[in-house]
Amino acid sequence: MRATEIARIINAEIVAGEEIAYNLDIETACGSDLMSDVIAFVKERVALLTGLTNPQVLRTADLMDIRLIIFVRGKKPSAEMIQMAREQGIVLMKTHNTMFTACGELYQAGIKGDSSCGDH
Amino acid sequence: MVIIEYIIPRLDFSAAGKASTDMKHRLTQLGLPPALIKRVAIAMYEAEMNIAIHGDGGRAEIEISQEGITTRFIDQGPGIADIELAMQEGYSTASEEIRDMGFGAGMGLPNMKKNADEFIIQSEPNKGTTVQMRFRLPAGEP
Repeated sequence: MRATEIARIINAEIVAGEEIAYNLDIETACGSDLMSDVIAFVKERVALLTGLTNPQVLRTADLMDIRLIIFVRGKKPSAEMIQMAREQGIVLMKTHNTMFTACGELYQAGIKGDSSCGDH
Repeated sequence: MVIIEYIIPRLDFSAAGKASTDMKHRLTQLGLPPALIKRVAIAMYEAEMNIAIHGDGGRAEIEISQEGITTRFIDQGPGIADIELAMQEGYSTASEEIRDMGFGAGMGLPNMKKNADEFIIQSEPNKGTTVQMRFRLPAGEP
Protein backbone atom coordinates (compact mmCIF):
# COMPACT_ATOMS: atom_id res chain seq x y z
CA MET A 1 0.00 0.00 0.00
CA ARG A 2 1.31 3.43 -0.89
CA ALA A 3 2.27 5.65 2.05
CA THR A 4 -0.03 8.35 0.67
CA GLU A 5 -2.94 5.88 0.91
CA ILE A 6 -1.96 5.14 4.53
CA ALA A 7 -2.12 8.87 5.27
CA ARG A 8 -5.61 9.03 3.78
CA ILE A 9 -6.89 6.03 5.79
CA ILE A 10 -5.74 7.27 9.19
CA ASN A 11 -6.34 10.93 8.39
CA ALA A 12 -2.67 11.81 8.79
CA GLU A 13 -0.71 14.79 7.56
CA ILE A 14 2.65 14.14 5.90
CA VAL A 15 5.22 16.38 7.61
CA ALA A 16 8.43 15.13 5.93
CA GLY A 17 9.22 13.22 2.75
CA GLU A 18 6.12 14.34 0.80
CA GLU A 19 8.07 13.76 -2.44
CA ILE A 20 8.87 10.11 -1.66
CA ALA A 21 5.61 9.09 0.03
CA TYR A 22 3.80 8.32 -3.22
CA ASN A 23 6.35 5.72 -4.26
CA LEU A 24 6.85 4.18 -0.81
CA ASP A 25 5.16 0.81 -0.57
CA ILE A 26 4.27 -0.49 2.90
CA GLU A 27 2.95 -3.97 3.73
CA THR A 28 3.62 -4.39 7.45
CA ALA A 29 3.57 -2.15 10.50
CA CYS A 30 4.52 -2.08 14.15
CA GLY A 31 3.01 0.07 16.91
CA SER A 32 5.23 0.80 19.91
CA ASP A 33 6.41 3.55 22.24
CA LEU A 34 9.30 1.38 23.33
CA MET A 35 12.22 1.75 20.92
CA SER A 36 14.10 -1.04 22.75
CA ASP A 37 11.36 -3.44 21.69
CA VAL A 38 11.33 -2.15 18.12
CA ILE A 39 15.07 -2.87 17.94
CA ALA A 40 14.73 -6.27 19.59
CA PHE A 41 11.72 -7.62 17.74
CA VAL A 42 11.19 -6.01 14.35
CA LYS A 43 12.57 -8.03 11.43
CA GLU A 44 10.81 -6.67 8.38
CA ARG A 45 10.73 -3.23 6.78
CA VAL A 46 7.76 -1.99 8.72
CA ALA A 47 6.02 1.34 9.15
CA LEU A 48 6.38 2.45 12.76
CA LEU A 49 3.45 3.95 14.68
CA THR A 50 4.51 5.68 17.88
CA GLY A 51 3.58 8.38 20.35
CA LEU A 52 7.20 9.03 21.15
CA THR A 53 8.80 12.15 19.66
CA ASN A 54 12.53 12.27 20.26
CA PRO A 55 15.52 11.95 17.92
CA GLN A 56 16.05 8.35 19.05
CA VAL A 57 12.92 7.40 17.11
CA LEU A 58 14.71 8.56 13.94
CA ARG A 59 17.92 6.71 14.90
CA THR A 60 15.90 3.55 15.54
CA ALA A 61 14.23 3.94 12.15
CA ASP A 62 17.58 4.44 10.45
CA LEU A 63 18.99 1.29 12.08
CA MET A 64 15.96 -0.84 11.36
CA ASP A 65 15.46 0.32 7.73
CA ILE A 66 12.10 1.81 8.67
CA ARG A 67 11.00 4.26 5.96
CA LEU A 68 7.73 5.53 7.43
CA ILE A 69 7.04 6.84 10.95
CA ILE A 70 3.51 7.78 11.99
CA PHE A 71 3.13 9.89 15.14
CA VAL A 72 -0.17 9.18 16.87
CA ARG A 73 -2.25 11.02 19.49
CA GLY A 74 -1.51 14.39 17.88
CA LYS A 75 2.19 14.30 18.73
CA LYS A 76 4.31 16.65 16.65
CA PRO A 77 7.90 15.93 15.61
CA SER A 78 10.38 18.75 16.28
CA ALA A 79 12.08 20.73 13.53
CA GLU A 80 15.28 18.75 14.29
CA MET A 81 13.43 15.48 13.74
CA ILE A 82 11.91 16.70 10.47
CA GLN A 83 15.39 17.70 9.29
CA MET A 84 16.83 14.29 10.28
CA ALA A 85 14.00 12.52 8.45
CA ARG A 86 14.67 14.52 5.27
CA GLU A 87 18.38 13.64 5.42
CA GLN A 88 17.63 9.96 6.02
CA GLY A 89 14.90 9.70 3.37
CA ILE A 90 12.23 8.79 5.92
CA VAL A 91 8.58 9.81 5.59
CA LEU A 92 7.00 11.33 8.72
CA MET A 93 3.26 11.63 9.31
CA LYS A 94 1.15 12.82 12.21
CA THR A 95 -2.41 11.95 13.08
CA HIS A 96 -4.78 12.83 15.90
CA ASN A 97 -5.92 9.21 16.08
CA THR A 98 -4.85 7.13 19.08
CA MET A 99 -2.41 4.26 18.63
CA PHE A 100 -5.24 1.70 18.87
CA THR A 101 -7.43 3.41 16.30
CA ALA A 102 -4.61 4.12 13.85
CA CYS A 103 -3.35 0.52 14.05
CA GLY A 104 -6.89 -0.84 13.79
CA GLU A 105 -7.73 1.18 10.70
CA LEU A 106 -4.52 0.13 8.97
CA TYR A 107 -5.02 -3.53 9.88
CA GLN A 108 -8.56 -3.41 8.54
CA ALA A 109 -7.22 -1.93 5.32
CA GLY A 110 -4.85 -4.89 4.88
CA ILE A 111 -1.60 -3.82 6.56
CA LYS A 112 -0.24 -6.76 8.55
CA GLY A 113 1.91 -7.10 11.65
CA ASP A 114 5.56 -8.12 11.38
CA SER A 115 5.12 -11.85 10.75
CA SER A 116 8.61 -12.71 11.96
CA CYS A 117 8.05 -10.97 15.30
CA GLY A 118 8.52 -13.46 18.10
CA ASP A 119 10.51 -15.95 15.98
CA HIS A 120 13.66 -15.57 17.97
CA MET B 1 42.76 -3.36 8.87
CA VAL B 2 40.80 -0.23 9.70
CA ILE B 3 40.21 1.02 13.24
CA ILE B 4 37.55 3.59 13.97
CA GLU B 5 36.98 5.22 17.35
CA TYR B 6 33.91 6.96 18.64
CA ILE B 7 33.43 8.96 21.82
CA ILE B 8 30.07 8.31 23.49
CA PRO B 9 28.96 11.20 25.70
CA ARG B 10 27.03 10.62 28.90
CA LEU B 11 23.24 11.10 28.72
CA ASP B 12 23.45 13.04 25.45
CA PHE B 13 20.48 11.68 23.57
CA SER B 14 20.92 13.81 20.50
CA ALA B 15 24.37 12.21 20.04
CA ALA B 16 23.59 8.66 21.25
CA GLY B 17 23.22 6.35 18.29
CA LYS B 18 25.54 8.34 16.04
CA ALA B 19 28.33 5.75 16.18
CA SER B 20 26.06 2.90 15.15
CA THR B 21 24.30 4.80 12.37
CA ASP B 22 27.67 6.07 11.08
CA MET B 23 29.05 2.50 11.12
CA LYS B 24 25.97 1.21 9.36
CA HIS B 25 26.55 3.64 6.52
CA ARG B 26 30.29 2.85 6.34
CA LEU B 27 29.64 -0.89 6.17
CA THR B 28 26.98 -0.33 3.52
CA GLN B 29 29.58 1.54 1.45
CA LEU B 30 31.95 -1.43 1.83
CA GLY B 31 29.26 -3.56 0.22
CA LEU B 32 28.85 -6.03 3.09
CA PRO B 33 25.68 -8.18 3.27
CA PRO B 34 22.69 -6.16 4.60
CA ALA B 35 21.78 -8.83 7.20
CA LEU B 36 25.29 -8.66 8.70
CA ILE B 37 25.25 -4.85 8.69
CA LYS B 38 21.94 -4.82 10.52
CA ARG B 39 23.24 -7.19 13.20
CA VAL B 40 26.33 -5.02 13.74
CA ALA B 41 24.30 -1.80 13.82
CA ILE B 42 21.69 -3.15 16.26
CA ALA B 43 24.28 -4.58 18.64
CA MET B 44 26.35 -1.39 18.48
CA TYR B 45 23.31 0.78 19.10
CA GLU B 46 22.36 -1.18 22.20
CA ALA B 47 25.93 -0.92 23.51
CA GLU B 48 26.07 2.77 22.72
CA MET B 49 22.80 3.48 24.52
CA ASN B 50 24.00 1.47 27.52
CA ILE B 51 27.17 3.55 27.79
CA ALA B 52 25.22 6.82 27.43
CA ILE B 53 22.57 5.75 29.97
CA HIS B 54 24.43 3.61 32.49
CA GLY B 55 28.17 3.96 31.88
CA ASP B 56 28.72 7.71 32.45
CA GLY B 57 29.82 7.92 28.82
CA GLY B 58 32.75 6.09 27.27
CA ARG B 59 34.13 5.08 23.92
CA ALA B 60 33.84 2.54 21.15
CA GLU B 61 36.66 1.00 19.09
CA ILE B 62 35.69 -0.74 15.90
CA GLU B 63 38.13 -2.92 13.93
CA ILE B 64 37.32 -3.99 10.43
CA SER B 65 39.54 -6.68 8.91
CA GLN B 66 39.42 -9.58 6.44
CA GLU B 67 38.14 -11.86 9.17
CA GLY B 68 35.37 -9.66 10.44
CA ILE B 69 34.30 -6.77 12.59
CA THR B 70 35.33 -6.47 16.21
CA THR B 71 33.66 -3.85 18.39
CA ARG B 72 34.79 -2.88 21.88
CA PHE B 73 32.69 -0.63 24.10
CA ILE B 74 34.52 0.70 27.11
CA ASP B 75 33.31 2.80 30.02
CA GLN B 76 34.56 3.71 33.46
CA GLY B 77 31.08 3.87 34.91
CA PRO B 78 29.57 2.21 37.96
CA GLY B 79 29.97 -1.32 36.55
CA ILE B 80 27.55 -4.25 36.82
CA ALA B 81 27.47 -6.17 40.11
CA ASP B 82 25.54 -9.19 38.82
CA ILE B 83 26.17 -9.81 35.12
CA GLU B 84 23.99 -12.90 35.00
CA LEU B 85 21.02 -10.88 36.25
CA ALA B 86 21.77 -8.02 33.84
CA MET B 87 21.76 -10.51 30.93
CA GLN B 88 18.17 -11.55 31.66
CA GLU B 89 15.57 -10.23 29.24
CA GLY B 90 13.42 -7.59 30.91
CA TYR B 91 15.85 -6.77 33.70
CA SER B 92 16.74 -3.09 33.72
CA THR B 93 17.96 -0.48 36.19
CA ALA B 94 17.04 2.42 33.87
CA SER B 95 15.31 5.42 35.44
CA GLU B 96 11.72 6.46 34.78
CA GLU B 97 13.04 9.32 32.65
CA ILE B 98 14.95 6.91 30.40
CA ARG B 99 11.89 4.65 30.12
CA ASP B 100 9.82 7.66 29.06
CA MET B 101 12.26 8.08 26.18
CA GLY B 102 11.45 4.59 24.96
CA PHE B 103 14.42 2.75 26.45
CA GLY B 104 15.15 0.66 29.50
CA ALA B 105 13.14 -2.38 28.46
CA GLY B 106 15.91 -4.69 29.63
CA MET B 107 16.55 -6.00 26.11
CA GLY B 108 19.93 -4.38 25.49
CA LEU B 109 22.49 -6.94 26.66
CA PRO B 110 20.49 -10.01 25.53
CA ASN B 111 19.95 -8.36 22.16
CA MET B 112 23.69 -7.70 21.77
CA LYS B 113 24.46 -11.33 22.54
CA LYS B 114 21.82 -12.50 20.09
CA ASN B 115 23.16 -10.38 17.24
CA ALA B 116 26.90 -10.91 17.74
CA ASP B 117 28.83 -14.06 16.74
CA GLU B 118 30.90 -13.67 19.89
CA PHE B 119 29.98 -11.64 22.96
CA ILE B 120 32.24 -11.04 25.96
CA ILE B 121 31.32 -8.78 28.85
CA GLN B 122 33.67 -7.84 31.68
CA SER B 123 32.63 -5.59 34.50
CA GLU B 124 33.74 -4.58 37.94
CA PRO B 125 31.69 -2.42 40.31
CA ASN B 126 33.01 1.17 40.49
CA LYS B 127 35.58 0.44 37.76
CA GLY B 128 33.55 0.12 34.61
CA THR B 129 32.37 -2.25 31.92
CA THR B 130 33.83 -3.51 28.64
CA VAL B 131 31.76 -5.30 26.04
CA GLN B 132 33.51 -6.95 23.10
CA MET B 133 31.55 -8.28 20.18
CA ARG B 134 32.82 -10.01 17.03
CA PHE B 135 31.00 -10.45 13.77
CA ARG B 136 32.40 -12.85 11.20
CA LEU B 137 32.44 -11.90 7.55
CA PRO B 138 31.11 -14.51 5.14
CA ALA B 139 34.00 -16.15 3.25
CA GLY B 140 35.13 -14.22 0.20
CA GLU B 141 33.97 -10.79 1.37
CA PRO B 142 36.40 -7.84 1.26
